[in-house]
Amino acid sequence: MRLADLTERAGEWLRGAGPMHDVVISSRVRLARNLAGMPFLGRCTAQQQREIEERISREALTAEIAADMFYVDVAAAGELDRQLLVERHLISRQHAQGDQPRGVAVSKDETLAIMVNEEDHVRMQSLRSGLQLREAFADLTRIDDRLETRLDFAFHSRYGYLTACPTNVGTGMRVSVMLHLPALKMTGQIDKVFRAVRDMRMEVRGLHGEGTEATGDFFQISNQTTLGKSEEQILEEFLDRTIPNFVDYERRAREALLRRPVAVDDKAHRAMAILRSARRIGSEETMYLLSMVRLGANMGRLKDVSIKTVNELFLMTQPAHLQRVLQREMDAPQRAEARAAYMRKRLSLN
Amino acid sequence: MKKQCDKCGKPASVYLTEIVGGEKIEKHLCEDCACAEGITIKANVPISQLLEDFILQSGEDEPESKCDVCGLTFSEFRQSGRLGCPNDYDAFAKELQPLLERAQEGASQHIGKVPHRADSSQKRQTAMLRLRAQLKDAIAAEDYERAAVLRDQIRELENT
Repeated sequence: MRLADLTERAGEWLRGAGPMHDVVISSRVRLARNLAGMPFLGRCTAQQQREIEERISREALTAEIAADMFYVDVAAAGELDRQLLVERHLISRQHAQGDQPRGVAVSKDETLAIMVNEEDHVRMQSLRSGLQLREAFADLTRIDDRLETRLDFAFHSRYGYLTACPTNVGTGMRVSVMLHLPALKMTGQIDKVFRAVRDMRMEVRGLHGEGTEATGDFFQISNQTTLGKSEEQILEEFLDRTIPNFVDYERRAREALLRRPVAVDDKAHRAMAILRSARRIGSEETMYLLSMVRLGANMGRLKDVSIKTVNELFLMTQPAHLQRVLQREMDAPQRAEARAAYMRKRLSLN
Repeated sequence: MKKQCDKCGKPASVYLTEIVGGEKIEKHLCEDCACAEGITIKANVPISQLLEDFILQSGEDEPESKCDVCGLTFSEFRQSGRLGCPNDYDAFAKELQPLLERAQEGASQHIGKVPHRADSSQKRQTAMLRLRAQLKDAIAAEDYERAAVLRDQIRELENT
């Protein structure tokens, strides 16, 4: 398994399946851990950072966590490859941009990724399509238990798992659910939803996590609190209240749109028409149009495109993927042309 | 129609109904005036903001506290927002308390998962941290004999 093989398909999380997949794109659970008896990363010597990377990458590959785990040395990877990993949600932007020895271990189906030397020594994530938080958490618990038999993680009887930033301390767990909320946006109710999110001590982020804008009607909802609640409690809040509420609001907004379907039909068909005929298109416009197509397809208003295809197009038309798929480096104007050509080919009617 | 704030005339977002002495009083306030009134509706701010606010608070009058294991001072933490080693949670327990409470809904006790390894006592963890700090110094001072001894001690602790 090599990094280059990744672009041949989309990861499991973009399959467009799983519970509530009409609204929930993906579920992610992440655990932060640090080696006991080692300084946190910022205070490590270069030698210690190399030692941590060497140890954790070795354990990640040999602990029988998943079949066909492979390790990418992110520090040695080229810019395009690093960007590719970010677009696939396998590493954070911060991890792509660092200058310390670092990497990521990834399972073949990309549901599991273990970042080494990001903000903490270990950040493991499980990423799945639809609302599958319990499954994702079960995966991570298994990995964490397995790693724990070989590695000693910094733990405090009062503060729990210790992390470089006190906002992650305790469980070290961050749950993020990616939602597609186009109908709430169209009906002007999205601000209300955001206020509700903040009242629930949750956070809204963009498609690529911390510090990114929410674009194309995609919103990532994450927990803020990591201390004083058990992992199970954090999961329950998402599964029993937060996410079903959002899904319910969005579905109701879609039903309301169907009372006069001409508005949504117009938007979805126009979006499809542009994507099928544009000669030059930027990534932001693509995002917006694909969002409308996805809405139309989910509501049964657009028959000739599958959610799986739409999800794949979201990924494949991003800058690094486009360059990888077409196997040449391109600047932004060249990408805009290539993106339009790729889109026409994938969405052609014959 | 959207109501205006009773205090400043900006659009109101908080509607409050109070019963005072059997009499109903309705208040319309904007978010800022509601906060000024002590009605905490800004229950939540993003993590990055929280940390930023905390870091920007001036700590001029405080005596400088320092972790004797990794050498990080509290003002260095304020600048970077990142701690230096696990021992900092004890070294700066008092200073971190308000930040933890704000960031963690007032909680300061972990109730989640506990590692299976029984031998990962804090004492041992801190001993390892100290040895590593000494090792760093020994290497810097080119005292390789001492470094070798320290390395063995670390390895021994790691494998227990």
